[in-house]
Amino acid sequence: MASNGKNNGKAKANGQWVGKRFKRKEDPRLVRGISHYTDDIKLPRLVHCVFVRSPHAHARIASINTEAARSQPGVLTVITSADIEGLGMIPCAMQMPDLKIPAHPALAKGRVRYVGEPVAVVVAEDAYTARDAAEMVAVDYEPLPVVLDIEKALQKESALIYQDFGTNKAFTHAMKSGDIEAAYKKADRVVKVRLINQRVAPTAMEPRSVVAEYLPGENRLTIWASTQIPHLLRTQVAIMVGLPEPAVRVIAPEVGGGFGSKLNVYAEDGVVPWLSMKLARPVKWTETRRESLMVTIHGRDTINYLELALKKDGTILGLRAKVLADMGAYHQLLTPLIPQLTALMLPGCYKIPAFDCEIVGVFTNKMSTDAYRGAGRPEAAYDIERIMDCAARELNLDAAKFRSKNFPQPREFPFTTAAGLLYDSANYQQSLKRALQLAGYDKLRARQKAGWKQGKYYGVGVSTYVEICAIGPSAATPAGGWESATVRIEPTGKVTVLTGASPHGQGQETTFAQLVADQLGINPDDITIIHGDTLAVPYGIGTFGSRGTAVGGTAVYYAVEKLKIKIAALAAHLLGAKPADIVIAHGRVGVKGNAKKSMPWGEIILAAYTARSIPAGFEPGMEATHFFEPSNFTFPFGTHICAVEVDPETGEIKIEKYVAVDDCGNVINPMLVDGQVQGGIAQGLSQALYEEMVYNEDGQPITGSLMDYAVPKAAHIPEFILDRTVTPTPVNPMGVKGVGEAGTIASTPCMVNAVCDALSPLGITNIDMPLKPERVWRAIAAAQAAVPPPAATTAKSARTARRTA
Amino acid sequence: MIPASFDYESPKTLNEAITLLASREDAKLLAGGHSLLPAMKLRLASPALLIDLGRIGGLDYIRDSGETISIGALATHAAVAASRLLLASSPLLAQAACNIGDIQVRNRGTIGGSLAQAHPSADYPAAILALDANIVATSQSGERVIPAHSFFTGMFTTALRPDEIITEIRVPKTAGSGTVYKKFHHPASGYAVVGVAAVVRGATGKIDDVAIGITGVAEVAYRATAVEDALRGKPASAIAEAAKHAADKVEALGDNYASGDYRRHLAQVYTRRALQEALSSKRK
Amino acid sequence: MKKNVRIVINGAEHRAEVEPRLLLVHFLREVAGLTGTHIGCETSLCGACTVLLDGMAVKSCTVLAVQADGRSITTIEGLAASENLHPIQEAFWEEHGLQCGYCTPGMILCAHDLLQQNASPSEQEIRDGIGGNLCRCTGYQHIVNAVKAASRKMNQRQRAAARAAD
Repeated sequence: MASNGKNNGKAKANGQWVGKRFKRKEDPRLVRGISHYTDDIKLPRLVHCVFVRSPHAHARIASINTEAARSQPGVLTVITSADIEGLGMIPCAMQMPDLKIPAHPALAKGRVRYVGEPVAVVVAEDAYTARDAAEMVAVDYEPLPVVLDIEKALQKESALIYQDFGTNKAFTHAMKSGDIEAAYKKADRVVKVRLINQRVAPTAMEPRSVVAEYLPGENRLTIWASTQIPHLLRTQVAIMVGLPEPAVRVIAPEVGGGFGSKLNVYAEDGVVPWLSMKLARPVKWTETRRESLMVTIHGRDTINYLELALKKDGTILGLRAKVLADMGAYHQLLTPLIPQLTALMLPGCYKIPAFDCEIVGVFTNKMSTDAYRGAGRPEAAYDIERIMDCAARELNLDAAKFRSKNFPQPREFPFTTAAGLLYDSANYQQSLKRALQLAGYDKLRARQKAGWKQGKYYGVGVSTYVEICAIGPSAATPAGGWESATVRIEPTGKVTVLTGASPHGQGQETTFAQLVADQLGINPDDITIIHGDTLAVPYGIGTFGSRGTAVGGTAVYYAVEKLKIKIAALAAHLLGAKPADIVIAHGRVGVKGNAKKSMPWGEIILAAYTARSIPAGFEPGMEATHFFEPSNFTFPFGTHICAVEVDPETGEIKIEKYVAVDDCGNVINPMLVDGQVQGGIAQGLSQALYEEMVYNEDGQPITGSLMDYAVPKAAHIPEFILDRTVTPTPVNPMGVKGVGEAGTIASTPCMVNAVCDALSPLGITNIDMPLKPERVWRAIAAAQAAVPPPAATTAKSARTARRTA
Repeated sequence: MIPASFDYESPKTLNEAITLLASREDAKLLAGGHSLLPAMKLRLASPALLIDLGRIGGLDYIRDSGETISIGALATHAAVAASRLLLASSPLLAQAACNIGDIQVRNRGTIGGSLAQAHPSADYPAAILALDANIVATSQSGERVIPAHSFFTGMFTTALRPDEIITEIRVPKTAGSGTVYKKFHHPASGYAVVGVAAVVRGATGKIDDVAIGITGVAEVAYRATAVEDALRGKPASAIAEAAKHAADKVEALGDNYASGDYRRHLAQVYTRRALQEALSSKRK
Repeated sequence: MKKNVRIVINGAEHRAEVEPRLLLVHFLREVAGLTGTHIGCETSLCGACTVLLDGMAVKSCTVLAVQADGRSITTIEGLAASENLHPIQEAFWEEHGLQCGYCTPGMILCAHDLLQQNASPSEQEIRDGIGGNLCRCTGYQHIVNAVKAASRKMNQRQRAAARAAD
């Protein structure tokens, strides 16, 4: 592992437990299949519901007839919008000056605006009966013109989704720094590219699920939900159903992945609890995969116009961008936020003196977009890393050297970017160097040149990414960017950690235990992490934006520090020493420099509870809470390199090597960090190669099942070569930056760069994702048909053309 | 996820099954269920009666019948893929079978079920056609042998009569020939975007006879007769030119993943590659 | 018309009168109360519902409960014969072969079938072998490592058992 680039002095990279490969505490129950996801929850008198959804992308609802469904044996009720007048709207947390927020009822009222929009809900004694009855709900629709293309949607003649707004534009937002006009005047070259970042479906393996039980006598509503944000969901559902917050408890049991898609408040999250209140019976709803692909938020879906102004020598003078972002038909919780993150991160890890960016949100007759792993930053990294490659090619510079030339130097940190962010710490040169070494970059380039002469198309993709993590300072987030922790050392000495973060696969039951074990000198097995229950855990924000450890873990760290002060005070009192001399280590509490004066851990903790001998002013018990407000985001970075071979005859792509050198600051558990990076890369590669949520001209999703929507299989994903550099952040005392999204952000442009690089002798500069073999084949065919082909490659182009004719 | 209601019978003998099938127009046969059950769960199919063939014993054999190998209709894809008899004497079908779905699907899905479904992108039809296999259908009026070339009549349609059950598949032995099944997998469904099954007989670089079945391109799998005609008696060097006729006179189907033009193009490339491989596997 | 079925699950007999359309996965989860078998799709692709039917991996969302009448099922809850984990479960734990855990039961049972057929699969054979099981968290690398590790463990134990028998 490479050495530290910079250290703030506070960070401790390794302890007895921190920094070690430590098996997860979560796993024994998960590999046995004996713990419970939401759909596994069973309650006495539980009833089941099925939603009736719009088959039209845009239509007026003329009538709904629920009689036949209602009269089925076993059906309890059938509800439409007319029945839920009291239920609040689905919330959007964003506020911006010109943001248009349409009313978003939980069941469509008068109009449907995307395929899958819920229109009615059937409740029955069992799921099979509910499913049968749902077929019997007769809805009469009058179809309306459909708006799908975000560029056409902005034209005057476009049909409107909301007549009242008079436009399909949801918002515009501009960001500027430096003098862009001057940059263009000075520039030797302006490189331009239009990039499409296609719509993708997060596809957590566990579909969404909600179970709600309302007990009228106690006035208590308990909701089990597959969510990343139990507390925020509780607040929003309390508002929707009109209960005081203390009456609502949300439990996120085992959650089978989220990737941002469960960082939301959906129609079903409001309707299911509401039904339980009306029926006074527990109600369950579980999404089918087809529903998941149709009505769980989608990610990305932007069109990006980029221009990079450059000097001949490769110095960047300015970046201009226009980003059109598809909102879908309504705003979900954070829909309009996502493209703002794109704008913020567009300058990437480069010194860009002038920056001019406009983002436009557009309504269409599709499911809402929202946060999907990376949320706006993968789009930014894709934009900047793709245009960096295009620019290197136009200027005939090496892709790696050109990037390096425009990096800020390590001594320039903290570094203020063209978008106004303050990057805390980094050493981009070091990570690039290591990745080039690991990949055998020079050899790959030599082989590529030789290959071109033989009609072989080898490509090397480089992506030097930076991302924004540890989200984030509250001033920069819509719903609070802090996190909470309560740490309680129980009378037996065992430790309970209650975290407001709500992990769902990330493994914080393990990493937090490692962290606390080092702080208190005890064993991680004696530490239990509790999360995801609003009745147990102090108000928290949740797990998303690579914040679980950097923000949630820091809250735990500070809560433990408070307890250490308390332990020191009590120990000083009991051992007759000064608190400053108390040492907590190896299961004992002792006095510095006096080996005889010490007490076992259990005894000192028990003394805090028995409280027979405590110092003046000492509060009995051993519990502390900390709400951590970060001073800044963190900015993990790294270099990914991908080597591919493209089959010029079929357009098939073979990934030959994938190298990732990531820097997420200090590492608590390297095995878990590797897991996050690998999973992230797979998702990013998959967007580059396979995934796309496609709607046809009527607004019907045609990749509506896993038969058509390609979630990658093991054989689609290469073996990864991983390494790290370690540049601890000064933003938190552990020096950790976050790693949940890094792989996804870096890998997409890396892959596309590699393929475009392979085909560069043909003059191909861009192919839109996903790089389906047919698209690649067509790009090759079009390039070969273009006259004249680049002089240097005429012979081999002609040769290839003959073969494919 | 939840199928509509249906009646269910699980006959213990073939005769019972045939009688049941003849008695109800709205019945469907259930073998491995890996084509039918997914369609029923999406309510794309809602048969009133399911006749489960799974309890009929003795229909999952793979045995040597002299000139041919006989395969019971209930033999699973896994059994076909692993059959030593097939691998030794007529490997093409096994080569196709190991490309179907995944371990779990191959453990359940049956050759008879797959052929009866006649999915335009299924793997078996290409091999069945290239092998000139025979399909035995049984009804109350007895057994009927349907040659592969007249079995597949269209997308999801076959020459089977409503009262017939596929009971056996007979494939000729291909000793002395090279066989290859070459498939471009759909990344999501795993079905063939294009699948080319080739049987090549020849020696020292000359092709004596050749048979090519192609699936995934058209609404029904077909024999690439133009390629075959151009290659019989020709040297291996003729393959490249001949393969260009792999999709002649074929109406290629397109979808969101791959257009008709692209499938047609892939058919040509994969045919050439399959033939070259088959010839070299033969030489080994 | 309902049918009586008798299915042995993890060695215990379960009898019930069920609709013919009841899927095996629903029988396991709702009738037998074994929720370790998960549902991730309705098109037989994701493999989350994989169980062993008479020892062979099948997708229990694509089998009717009536088809399993009289047969024997192993679910993830029954894989380990004792308090100890099965070697595949151990390997998934040691190699960090899971994150959210949702695909894990199906993945482990598919790996079980794969290792029954091929005791020492190569990296590529493992990747192809688990092609019927989707994982969205891990990027598969640690799963592949886990199956390799499980293969080593099982082979070692088999050799040790053979030595003990000698």
